Amino acid sequence: MKAMVYRGPYKIRVEDKPMPKIEHPNDAIIKVTTAAICGSDLHLYHGLMPDTRIGHTFGHEFIGVVEEVGPSVQNLKRGDRVMVPFNIYCGSCYFCARGLYSNCHNVNPNATAVGGIYGYSHTTGGYDGGQAEFVRVPFADVGPTIIPDWMDSEDAVLLTDALATGYFGAQLGSIAEGDTVIVFGAGPVGLYAAKSSWLMGAGRVIVIDHLEYRLEKARTFAHAETFNFAEYDDIIVEMKRTTDFLGADVVIDAVGAEADGNFIQQVTGTKLKLQGGSPIALNWAIDSARKGGTVSVVGAYGPIFSAVKFGDALNKGLTLRMNQTPVKRQWPRLFEHIQNGYLKPNDIVTHRIPLEDIAEGYHMFSAKLDNCIKTLIIANPS
Amino acid sequence: MAASGPSTPYVANKPKDIPTAEALRARIPGWGVDLDRKDRPSYPREIYDPEGTGAHWDYPDEQPDSEGRERSIEHGQLTPVFGTSVPLHGVSGSIRRYAYRYSEGRAAHWLLLLLGDRVEAWGAHASSFVTLRPDNPITETGVLSEGRRHGIASRLGKKRVDVNHQWIDPIVVAGPWVAASAGAVLAVRAITRRGRR
Ligand SMILES: NC(=O)c1ccc[n+]([C@@H]2O[C@H](COP(=O)([O-])OP(=O)(O)OC[C@H]3O[C@@H](n4cnc5c(N)ncnc54)[C@H](O)[C@@H]3O)[C@@H](O)[C@H]2O)c1
Ligand SMILES: [Zn+2]
Ligand SMILES: [Zn+2]
Repeated sequence: MKAMVYRGPYKIRVEDKPMPKIEHPNDAIIKVTTAAICGSDLHLYHGLMPDTRIGHTFGHEFIGVVEEVGPSVQNLKRGDRVMVPFNIYCGSCYFCARGLYSNCHNVNPNATAVGGIYGYSHTTGGYDGGQAEFVRVPFADVGPTIIPDWMDSEDAVLLTDALATGYFGAQLGSIAEGDTVIVFGAGPVGLYAAKSSWLMGAGRVIVIDHLEYRLEKARTFAHAETFNFAEYDDIIVEMKRTTDFLGADVVIDAVGAEADGNFIQQVTGTKLKLQGGSPIALNWAIDSARKGGTVSVVGAYGPIFSAVKFGDALNKGLTLRMNQTPVKRQWPRLFEHIQNGYLKPNDIVTHRIPLEDIAEGYHMFSAKLDNCIKTLIIANPS
Repeated sequence: MAASGPSTPYVANKPKDIPTAEALRARIPGWGVDLDRKDRPSYPREIYDPEGTGAHWDYPDEQPDSEGRERSIEHGQLTPVFGTSVPLHGVSGSIRRYAYRYSEGRAAHWLLLLLGDRVEAWGAHASSFVTLRPDNPITETGVLSEGRRHGIASRLGKKRVDVNHQWIDPIVVAGPWVAASAGAVLAVRAITRRGRR
């Protein structure tokens, strides 16, 4: 089968790989129809995530058709069209039993701090991902869900991570009616977080980025006020000014480890890998929140230390909340919101490309060319 | 400003300019449908419901062929299920296996893993040249999309701040090659010089 494989920082190619096999009785093999490239994939692509091995296949956002099931699988059969949350989880450990699906303890031998994620290095368990024609899906009775007939298949792919994560990020903010919410990052996650903030009753939603075409999307898709941080000498002062020097009730970091805005932090954090990622956006979030406010972090960081301004967070009495998204917990409500027309996830899809062209797809997304926001990969045209 | 006197947050009032719920509902489809904080999918954070996950086991079957599988020493046992994407092998495998002797709390763990990553990448590039499919920096970096996807127009005249460090990327990619070739040239020169003596 054909699969994207990692060849070293900034280098990937499509190779012929052996078909994935049933390795555990509750495994399924899924024939991938559509996959997506996520901002998180860029951290792997840039060589930031420790234990990313040559030959590893990325991809944690995918949908497809069940090709084969293991002997203990009860809920799926060959031919079912399924959407697969990006979390690999057992459903029965201490954490899964409490709904912390992204923190499963039974799927990732390589690290205890993070659960299992498809195609996300050995640090998240060493599972090949879905930017391929076929993929092994462990715990087929737990994660995958049959795609409802009414659902657009592009919306289904976006539900496997980006939409669920943006929505989760807004929830981590514990938004109350009338709150002012600042979202750093106008990528897919930030756009969905901004949009979701309104559903939770925000009174003002402000989105910050330096890519004008994405800010345009934040205005039209997410009804947000926008600020291009490159236009201001100090974006924090601007945020104070626009909130009457109070600061925002809730700030969401939807940027993560590759934040721009400070050359030194960018170079030490992402080029030289001396930090677990550049903490610029997180520090801006801490600075622009009001005292007693909440900072929600869904932007991803590496496992090494980053230079985070913890003293200010303490002195301001901030609540910091964060996690990898427990995707499937969000689904029933998000399905309703889509059916009611409150959310139209695939409005942010800008590119649809065949698996063969994935190397160019990564470069385009990484370098933010051609007004790219979200790229879908067509693995097996259905 | 001084004329209007002190305002929030120097006084107790909430900020003045927040639109009313009616105005927001009229402007934004779905505004406030998740207003109740206690009725959001991730509230409360922990809900004890082992029956609700689809798992029909208390502890999963254990995946076979687990001998030699590396694991974090912060784990009390090998997890019953694990990935088999790229098993440890070669020099990078030894470095990584060594890294797994340190807990996740130690910088040594992560820095050794990153070293293993770089060593494996260099080795894979070098050995690809004796295979039928040598690494091709043009196709594998996807740089041809610069032409096809308007690389210049996407950057020119924009207030993008990432342009100030994107020039480093080709160095990150090509740097090790340049260094390795320079090293090889120096080594060959040293050897030939010694040979002449
Ligand atoms: N917690 C989770 O479960 C989870 C899931 C998915 C993605 N993520 C993370 O969310 C983040 C965003 O993902 P994405 O797919 O939207 O990625 P993306 O790369 O498309 O978006 C990131 C955006 O941040 C902008 N940006 C850079 N520096 C900034 C700064 N200092 N201030 C404001 N904006 C800045 C970039 O221009 C870009 O538009 C990534 O770190 C990703 O790893 C986390
Ligand atoms: Zn993702
Ligand atoms: Zn679990």
